[in-house]
Amino acid sequence: MNPWPFVVAAYAVALAGTGGLLIWAFVSMRRAEAAADALKRR
Amino acid sequence: MHALANPARFLRIARPATAWLLLVGLALAIVGMAAGLTLTPPDYLQGETVRILYIHVPSAWLGMAGWAGIAAASVSQLVWRHPLAAVAGRAVAPAGATFAGICLLTGSIWGRPTWGTWWEWDGRLTSMLVLFFLYLGYIALASAERERGGEGRIAAIYGLVGAINLPIIHYSVLWWRTLHQGESIGLTGSTIDNSILWPLPLTMIGFTCLFGTAALMRMRAELAETKVEARMRRMSA
Repeated sequence: MNPWPFVVAAYAVALAGTGGLLIWAFVSMRRAEAAADALKRR
Repeated sequence: MHALANPARFLRIARPATAWLLLVGLALAIVGMAAGLTLTPPDYLQGETVRILYIHVPSAWLGMAGWAGIAAASVSQLVWRHPLAAVAGRAVAPAGATFAGICLLTGSIWGRPTWGTWWEWDGRLTSMLVLFFLYLGYIALASAERERGGEGRIAAIYGLVGAINLPIIHYSVLWWRTLHQGESIGLTGSTIDNSILWPLPLTMIGFTCLFGTAALMRMRAELAETKVEARMRRMSA
């Protein structure tokens, strides 16, 4: 059995999961902080 | 901890810490994974599949450490009524759930060529799956409680009770000797050869920094949302 497809799949899962988490956390933070700043300026 | 009870003081530290944790985490995780994929020798028994170790072990550690963080935040909220404790618990949960999920998936992918099966109802695998479901329950409960304007006490009690699963996960390989291997990395040493082991601390620290980055970003998002909600209430009053 060729092991490399399993290794690549495992790394893809880890990178997609971690990347997705970081992007989601960043976007939600930017959106919330932008809304708070906009309200402060009003 | 009480020095950080003031959200403004917390944010002064969290803003630069977010960027630094992200940079250090990315650098260490990338170097560790690259080294694990290219510089270490294959295992004499498992061959090339041993390289899954460098992502599976950090995700298992972070899945468990995330719930330990929730339990610590729950104690801090219930005993000392720390104002940021509930925010911290809610911020850690999605990151913990993600890494518990990564641990289950990478473990399953590792299991197929090594054990000949994608899944087995083994003590370690089952208790880790229970942890993943505990995270989903915590996320649902904490967000529902927040939407109703609660203080998050029910979620904190749930977070504390759920911590019972942590020693079960840890000792599962000793209590039920089924398919998952026993403990190979302990506080006093490791049964893994150093030629294979050395990139693991890099990915462990790297992914931990990325976990911290995600948690800090969620805390900042929650604090900003709370600020907006409070201001909107004042404006409508």
